[in-house]
Amino acid sequence: MAPYRVEVRVMPRAALLDPQGQAVEHALHALGFAEVKQARVGKHLVLEVEAATRADATARARAMCDRLLANPVTEDYHLAVDGGEAA
Amino acid sequence: MSKRVAVVVFPGSNCDADTLAAAQAVGSDAYYVWHRDTDLRQADVVILPGGFSYGDYLRSGAIARFSPVMRGVEAHAQGGGAVLGICNGFQILCEAGLLPGGLMRNARLKFVSRPVRVRVETTDTPFTCLSTQGDELVVPIAHGDGRFVADARTAAELEAEGRVVWRYVGDNPNGSTNDIAGICNVARNVVGIMPHPERRNDPLLGGPDGARVFQSMEAGSCDAARWRSSR
Repeated sequence: MAPYRVEVRVMPRAALLDPQGQAVEHALHALGFAEVKQARVGKHLVLEVEAATRADATARARAMCDRLLANPVTEDYHLAVDGGEAA
Repeated sequence: MSKRVAVVVFPGSNCDADTLAAAQAVGSDAYYVWHRDTDLRQADVVILPGGFSYGDYLRSGAIARFSPVMRGVEAHAQGGGAVLGICNGFQILCEAGLLPGGLMRNARLKFVSRPVRVRVETTDTPFTCLSTQGDELVVPIAHGDGRFVADARTAAELEAEGRVVWRYVGDNPNGSTNDIAGICNVARNVVGIMPHPERRNDPLLGGPDGARVFQSMEAGSCDAARWRSSR
């Protein structure tokens, strides 16, 4: 077994209104950052997990996302394991 | 005989006492069930009350839906038993997959706490059977994550199957899809509502409209056997 660092990025689904992202976008425009075309706000989770292989760590992390960490109705997620892209 | 009504208490529930009182006010034999219990004690109806279970951490309802009591709630629902989720209870039912869709941050971001007007869209549920279709009720809302969303197909199914139970009238306080304030499942025994009928069930509390929901629940015509047979 080895320790892996799993980072999970959870974002509101693209088709859904993201009022937090809009508020951030408006605030950036108000500060003069006119180049911002869109802002979206999600969340970032960092997990330390023990697994035999990186593939195992990834599979377990995916199961965690599907069961608890993301709601497939409203959110999409992206996994990165040990800094490497797994998704 | 009075309906046995289990009001589930999660850590962070804060409408449990009002809900218990509203059920008792219509004659129900209402009692609390702690979220770690799995025995619903022969409940006819289960109510998941409002509040902030687990501090709304991760997502509203996301952690409560794995509480031990939810296994009993799921079995009760699958057997045709009536279930009502109010506000946070509605969020928990969606997270548990007992109702479709989900509840997201209000479109205007603010937590909104005020009375709203909703229309009863169907009387074919255990919680609206004493209402008349088209009845308008004034009931309070108090939520930050009340924007009901569903994909286009699910929303179309809810509309086509008459599963939108209550709809905001005039002003939609949270930006929900199709002005939806409450829905039911396919079998029509599991119902979720964002407003709080338990907070306005007596003229002393500003109006009697919320009592309709509890009177319907207590009425004899709403027994589980009917919902079981209609599946």
